[in-house]
Amino acid sequence: MNGYNFAYLDEQTKRMIRRALLKAVAIPGYQVPFGGREMPMPYGWGTGGMQLTAAILGADDVLKVIDQGADDTTNAVSIRAFFERVAGIETTTVTPAASVIQTRHRIPETPLEPGQILVFQVPIPEPLRFIEPSEQETRLMHALEEYGVMHVKLYEDIARHGHIATTYAYPVKVDGRYVMDPSPIPKFDNPKLDMSPALLLFGAGREKRLYAIPPYTHVESLDFEDHPFEIQRWEARCALCGSAESFLDEVITDDAGGRMFVCSDTDYCLTRRGELS
Amino acid sequence: MKRPALSAPALARPELDRPVLLDVQDITRLYGPGKGCEAIDFRLHAGEVLGIVGESGSGKSTLLRVLAGLEAPDAGRVVYHRPGDAGETDLYAIGEARRRALLRLEWGLVHQNPRDGLRMGVSAGANVGERLMALGQRHYGQLRAAGQDWMTQVELDPARIDDAPRTFSGGMQQRLQIARTLVTRPRLVFMDEPTGGLDVSVQARLLDMLRTLVRQLGLSVVLVTHDLAVARLLAHRLLVMRRGRVVEAGLTDQILDDPQHAYTQLLVSSVLTP
Amino acid sequence: MTPILTVEHLGKGFVLHGQGGLALSVMRDLSLELHRGECLVLAGPSGIGKSTLLKMLYGNYLAGDGRIRLHFGDGPLSLTELPAHAWHALRRDVIGYVSQFLRVVPRVSAREVVMEPLLARGADTAEARARAETLLARLNLPERLWSLPPGTFSGGEQQRVNIARGFIGEHPLLLLDEPTASLDAANRTVVVELIHEAKARGAAMLGIFHDEDVRERVADRLLPLESFMAPSLAPAAQPSTSRGLPHA
Repeated sequence: MNGYNFAYLDEQTKRMIRRALLKAVAIPGYQVPFGGREMPMPYGWGTGGMQLTAAILGADDVLKVIDQGADDTTNAVSIRAFFERVAGIETTTVTPAASVIQTRHRIPETPLEPGQILVFQVPIPEPLRFIEPSEQETRLMHALEEYGVMHVKLYEDIARHGHIATTYAYPVKVDGRYVMDPSPIPKFDNPKLDMSPALLLFGAGREKRLYAIPPYTHVESLDFEDHPFEIQRWEARCALCGSAESFLDEVITDDAGGRMFVCSDTDYCLTRRGELS
Repeated sequence: MKRPALSAPALARPELDRPVLLDVQDITRLYGPGKGCEAIDFRLHAGEVLGIVGESGSGKSTLLRVLAGLEAPDAGRVVYHRPGDAGETDLYAIGEARRRALLRLEWGLVHQNPRDGLRMGVSAGANVGERLMALGQRHYGQLRAAGQDWMTQVELDPARIDDAPRTFSGGMQQRLQIARTLVTRPRLVFMDEPTGGLDVSVQARLLDMLRTLVRQLGLSVVLVTHDLAVARLLAHRLLVMRRGRVVEAGLTDQILDDPQHAYTQLLVSSVLTP
Repeated sequence: MTPILTVEHLGKGFVLHGQGGLALSVMRDLSLELHRGECLVLAGPSGIGKSTLLKMLYGNYLAGDGRIRLHFGDGPLSLTELPAHAWHALRRDVIGYVSQFLRVVPRVSAREVVMEPLLARGADTAEARARAETLLARLNLPERLWSLPPGTFSGGEQQRVNIARGFIGEHPLLLLDEPTASLDAANRTVVVELIHEAKARGAAMLGIFHDEDVRERVADRLLPLESFMAPSLAPAAQPSTSRGLPHA
């Protein structure tokens, strides 16, 4: 297999990551440190997610990779090609056909099923970092459930914008215990974290932290009683498939200010248009 | 000239012993010989303002850090008696989780430099609301109302609730820090030179405000200051510290008007008054 | 009838460490009894220790030798052995003090200065305000001054604020340290009336009055202090009232 161990990483490393993953699954939302390896790509391109994917892939797995919901962006294509080459596994763009989905910034629109695993690429795993620069202190804050400052952030949002303006990486509380950064997914996707039938894994390569939400775990988005959590809504429907339920990207179509809204999830959109069947 | 003494109902004895809130037992915390505090023993009663006075290096700030739960002593105990609770809380025998919760929710600390006690990056309202949010308050409208109410109480313009503390003057920042500390109605507040670094006119306003808040909220306060005028205005009782030890303790006006110890006499006679 | 206050063999000295440990004895072997409804006036030349006695009774000066006791319905309380914290309630509820000089607190209005002893007992603000204003009016303090801090008032005006503050609490034991010193005749009369009213409600008072006329009108008994002066101490050798030294 081109001189690489299966899925690139050596077996010892994969075992170490799996042990960390087991711990993460056992303590939902808790950030577990792991011995991150160098990957053949720069930090910020999904090295954390790739190490997790490499550690859990088996020869029978079918891998899907999305970036901002799309299967056909450079990052997604490259990672898919990488695992095809170093693991020799089958890949797909069809959400229900995948057993492992590595993602950057989205959760697929098609509901996930039991047995599927979603691997998130995470840039900054620590939700408290914005207010507390010390790692020692944030660990203590997690340990002691000192989470008042998370609401300080949301309070500031409302004070400045009249509503909670945080739209990405919207903080959640997992299983009533740990406050967690769900990675920069739009808050539109936050409800999909709650009681998800799929296993959700999160990997941060630069910071060498991973965390997990086991299937069917309660995940609550932080909010205020009088400013409850809300997801984004659009006036428009998808210009291609007509969906009124999916997360839409705005696309500029010409130099005259023409624009349209289309599904960010390309597989979902194509499936609805019947082009995949 | 002699008139018969009037017969009146027997004189009623007031309740002289208020409950003990803080029992400080033989505290020692030394960084080196004579540096820190040594063999400190006193009790703070509910509703009392206790001043700790002394010059720089007398160990009063070290003592405050130990009392306020920020620094474990080498020896001795700090015991907190929660009002209405028969049990006692040994500050350094309980775990860090409980200690931090106590400091955050039942006690308060006012730093000399408001920058140490405020979050400079978030608005005044968020600063005041943080401890309430930590207590589980989840209603934005109520948090905001509490913020405006407390800003008014500390004589800040409530219209500035969304302004960042860095746009406030030093005296305003100090008042904001006090509002942020008192919003959860702590039973016990530690103050480290709360008027230090402020202009005299600003000091006067702060002192007056603190006196009123202490009375209205029934606060118990441990106040560290090198300023005897501040001590005279705010404190009911004083401890005079020198080289890490308490050399004299008593009623504030007794210490200042009839000092017994040579060092206290020197301290009192060194004060300049206009 | 049991007195409200007994003083037995009281002595007081000052040790001035800044002057080589110079020890000054200012009072020795003073005994007195004070009953409810009477006003005992301390007599003697200035510097003889009259204020010192009042200050010891108020816990402001530490007593040297001897014993000071208050007699409550349920028994006596020794003030000479009282822990510092116990004085707070005693001063709030039992022993009031009207000194010659007002200790001015910046920014606090005259009205609030007078209200404070009631507020300290948790009294209703409106009621405390009404009583404060009644007293200030009786003492002829112009109404326009009530909401101003007394820092800029004249000596007589400050003293009237202080008198109102001293009498508003209706303490059962009142210590009066020259309350009429800088008052005109009309206001002296108001103070005399206040003292008579206090007596009528059963208050015991111990006072210093330099004004013969006032003394005649309020005193039930006179206590000359000369005989309790320390023999070594002539008035000229007393500690001066300069700052940093005890005020004798």
